Amino acid sequence: MHLASGVDPHLADLSNKLIYSAMAVYTIAMFAHMFEWTFGSKGAVAVRSKEQSGNLAETVAAAEPKAAKKVTVTVAGAKGGTTTLTRTVLAGEGATVVTGGRGDEDVDGPGAAGTSEKADLAGRIAVSLTVLAVLLHGGGIVARGLSVSRWPWGNMYEFSCAFAFAMTAAYLVLLAARKNVRWLGLPVAVAVLLTLGIATQVLYTDSEQLVPALHSYWLAIHVSTAIFCGGAFYAAFIATLLYLGKDSFDKRMAAGLTTGPLGTAPSIWRRLPAASTFDKLSYRINALVFPLWTFTIIAGAIWAEAAWGKYWEWDPKETWSFITWVAYACYLHARATAGWKGRKAAYLALAAFACWLFNYYGVNIFVTGKHSYAGI
Amino acid sequence: MSKTTTDTELPPAPDDTAAERLSTAPVESDGPIGIGVLGWARWMWRQLTSMRVALILLFLLSLAAIPGSLIPQNGQNQFKVQTWKAQHTTVAPIYEKLQLFDVYSSVWFSAIYILLFVSLAGCIIPRTWQFVGVLRSQPPAAPRNLTRMPVYAAWRTGADPERVNAAAHRLLRKRGFRANLAGGSVAAEKGYLREVGNLLFHLSLFALLGGFAWASLASGTGGKLIVEGQGYSNTITQLDDFTGTRFYGNQDLDPFYLKLDDFTSKFQNTGDQMGAARQFTANVEYYQGSDESKLKKGSIEVNHPLEIGGSKVYLIGHGYAPVITVKNGKGDVVYHDVVPFLPQDANLTSTGVVKVSDYGVGPDGNKTQLGFSGFFLPTAPLSFAGTGPISLFPGDAAPELVLNAFSGDLGTDSGLPQNIYQLNTARLTQMKQDDQPAKALLKPGQAWELPDGYGTVTFEGYKQWASFNVSHRPGNEIALTGAVLAILGLIGSLFIQRRRIWVRAVALPGGGTQVELAGLARSESAKIAEELAELAVDLQDDAPASEEDPPGSAEAADEETGATPEGPAPGGPAPEQPAAEDPAAEDPTAPADQNSKE
Ligand code: HEM
Repeated sequence: MHLASGVDPHLADLSNKLIYSAMAVYTIAMFAHMFEWTFGSKGAVAVRSKEQSGNLAETVAAAEPKAAKKVTVTVAGAKGGTTTLTRTVLAGEGATVVTGGRGDEDVDGPGAAGTSEKADLAGRIAVSLTVLAVLLHGGGIVARGLSVSRWPWGNMYEFSCAFAFAMTAAYLVLLAARKNVRWLGLPVAVAVLLTLGIATQVLYTDSEQLVPALHSYWLAIHVSTAIFCGGAFYAAFIATLLYLGKDSFDKRMAAGLTTGPLGTAPSIWRRLPAASTFDKLSYRINALVFPLWTFTIIAGAIWAEAAWGKYWEWDPKETWSFITWVAYACYLHARATAGWKGRKAAYLALAAFACWLFNYYGVNIFVTGKHSYAGI
Repeated sequence: MSKTTTDTELPPAPDDTAAERLSTAPVESDGPIGIGVLGWARWMWRQLTSMRVALILLFLLSLAAIPGSLIPQNGQNQFKVQTWKAQHTTVAPIYEKLQLFDVYSSVWFSAIYILLFVSLAGCIIPRTWQFVGVLRSQPPAAPRNLTRMPVYAAWRTGADPERVNAAAHRLLRKRGFRANLAGGSVAAEKGYLREVGNLLFHLSLFALLGGFAWASLASGTGGKLIVEGQGYSNTITQLDDFTGTRFYGNQDLDPFYLKLDDFTSKFQNTGDQMGAARQFTANVEYYQGSDESKLKKGSIEVNHPLEIGGSKVYLIGHGYAPVITVKNGKGDVVYHDVVPFLPQDANLTSTGVVKVSDYGVGPDGNKTQLGFSGFFLPTAPLSFAGTGPISLFPGDAAPELVLNAFSGDLGTDSGLPQNIYQLNTARLTQMKQDDQPAKALLKPGQAWELPDGYGTVTFEGYKQWASFNVSHRPGNEIALTGAVLAILGLIGSLFIQRRRIWVRAVALPGGGTQVELAGLARSESAKIAEELAELAVDLQDDAPASEEDPPGSAEAADEETGATPEGPAPGGPAPEQPAAEDPAAEDPTAPADQNSKE
């Protein structure tokens, strides 16, 4: 049962223009982030992090005379070192928590800008540009949806646009929540540009109606959770890569070498968060997304049951979703029970993400199955 | 990998192991215990149920699933398998041997998942009992040396140790901990739902597997094409095709009758979206069993199957079926039927054949048969010049039937099964008119006078047909329940922290009281440190820190724990408390402390 196409060409055209404009702005944002990284390399990174702890100590000291209650908790670190967490309640005021990193535990770097104000300005400009780009990007997705009066994720092009949008939006939400994630700006911009580039250059199809099998509210449920999972797995992947990089940087420094892995400048790595921070971040994202990915697969199975009469047929898409699921289960298992940390677990995470990528690009392009999208 | 307890890197002292294990995951052993067959069997079993093997099996499972996604599978598309085999004649037999065309039912794939589930049972069932034991006993008593715990805080106070302990007990209970005050220290634990979730998740995998297994043993699907106004009884002879399984064969088909009253297809016929489908609805009448009086009305749409008894009926296709009458040269009706034509493109250009096997005697006096092949165009163009017979629109705006006529032997008497949608022209000759192949373009109601006195063909009109998939698949509810429980379990298992907190206040020989707090959780979260800090601040209401330098100050604790993990508690002699040996804390059968009514 094929359908002929029919769209509002003006909106479809507007959508394309908005997506291209978003890509242009993302590109400028990416350059701004590059400036941030370049200018920031002039700052004295190590000094800065010492200063930070110094400031904390001063805060605590200043609070001391007024302190009604004060507790210092010693936290054993992964590497046998310790950090402390001090909680001071000031007399007559609310509780203040002061956290300080001490001892031989890893300390997060100050971020891309280091101590340079020029770099900080470039970083702020980059973030503002990213906000502008994400608005254009979102507008493009909405226009595409309106042009065909349906959810705008019916084929790979639309799916990629939505997924890149989810990735940027997640990054901006973290920033807005005052998390220390500005260093993610550059990798996110690169990943988004890569995804949108492939989408517009390779996967593009004109705005079209959907085959009746996609006329289902499961499209909204199954596909949107899949998009979200994809974005999050991508983010965890970036964190894993950075973990591997930072970890080998630390090892190289310990071995007395003067450059980072692949000849990169040490100042880049110094400004990034600690290896253990990346490691935890990627674990947390993967663990958070795993139940949702499970749900996505189950939702897909329920939809398949309604549309095709069988909830599981080992269609290539189903098979690769399953493989991806098992690979991530492997990773979680390895971390939770076999106590694999660090590099070994990171390699498993990379393998799992590779399965996800293949499921997305590989299966859709090279393998034919029931999950055929209009135009690819 | 020799030990699968907690994530803390600190080496636990032997007598504190129980307290420091936050997971009931089995401890792995390194070699065979005991000798002889039994020893080895036990060792093998332990290996199979170890986490290492579980990991390997999981990894193998994902690897083993790959070939099935790249090589055509019998279960999905037999036609593709045949084509593939024809193209790869050298490797095909090897693949066949390796069951690569039936990966998901192959011996090796089954072996992996069966082993995985055996391993799972061997791992999870003992864990469940162990966990029941944990729930019935008190949280494990405080380890002797609290400084070794991942998070630790200490200070000195002038308050009475017993009162400090009691206050800590009260505070912990208020925070939802399961707490036990015994032998001069408080042991508390929270987050049991993590373990519940984990067990639930793994157990529900069995439900999923059960649902799968049942479905693959007791399901069947059939296909049926029905023209408007016609019906059929769901039996093997009336279905177009049927694939059964061990417990659902030809005799087990759910008895029902289904009739297609009418089929509605609506297409956008204006504007940009011309031709887009708007609606496909099959209005049907049906009854279950053989009681005709129970006739009910229903409708079937894409994504909305109809459930009849134990079967679901899915709408999977639709098309047009011209009604055709053929009369012989003498004017007798030799054929009158409605003939489904199969769609070839998005605008429902459809092809089909008419086989007049009972034509009788032809104009030349010999027994013959007639065959027609042609196109049905729901919306025909004004002229076919340059395009051939192609429909312009899927709706029936200007229906036309295009026919070619043949006479001779249809081959229907040979006894071999024939495709009803194809004409075997081997022993047929095409009728000619003016030395051109005879061809007719008919609008509904029009008739065609065949050349050479063969009679007439009348295109009376047309109906729509719909094709259905009749599927019987038990076990869906089980699998769905399993899936939902698995997600709930996962959420508990991944988002809930299981953690322990111990508080110990002891009188110091030189006067005053030493208060120590320690916590243990998976190191993935920094929350335990904050929780401990909050608790400590609250506890200082009852145990205010003394003015003098607190013994558990950052520097002291830092150096002690960092340099000498096994060293004495900072700022004083190691409090040799009987707490760690308190049997009530470890023995599930011991009466619970009356201070801790859970
Ligand atoms: C059928 C395939 C299996 C899947 C998909 C699976 C998946 C998972 C997942 C997602 C977790 C949560 C990890 C976490 O807490 O971070 C987990 C935990 C666990 N699994 Fe499995 N698992 C499977 C088979 C097994 C088997 C065969 C065993 C035993 C040999 C096992 C033992 C465990 C244990 C002990 C934990 C929890 C450790 C803890 O948190 O205390 N699993 N599993």
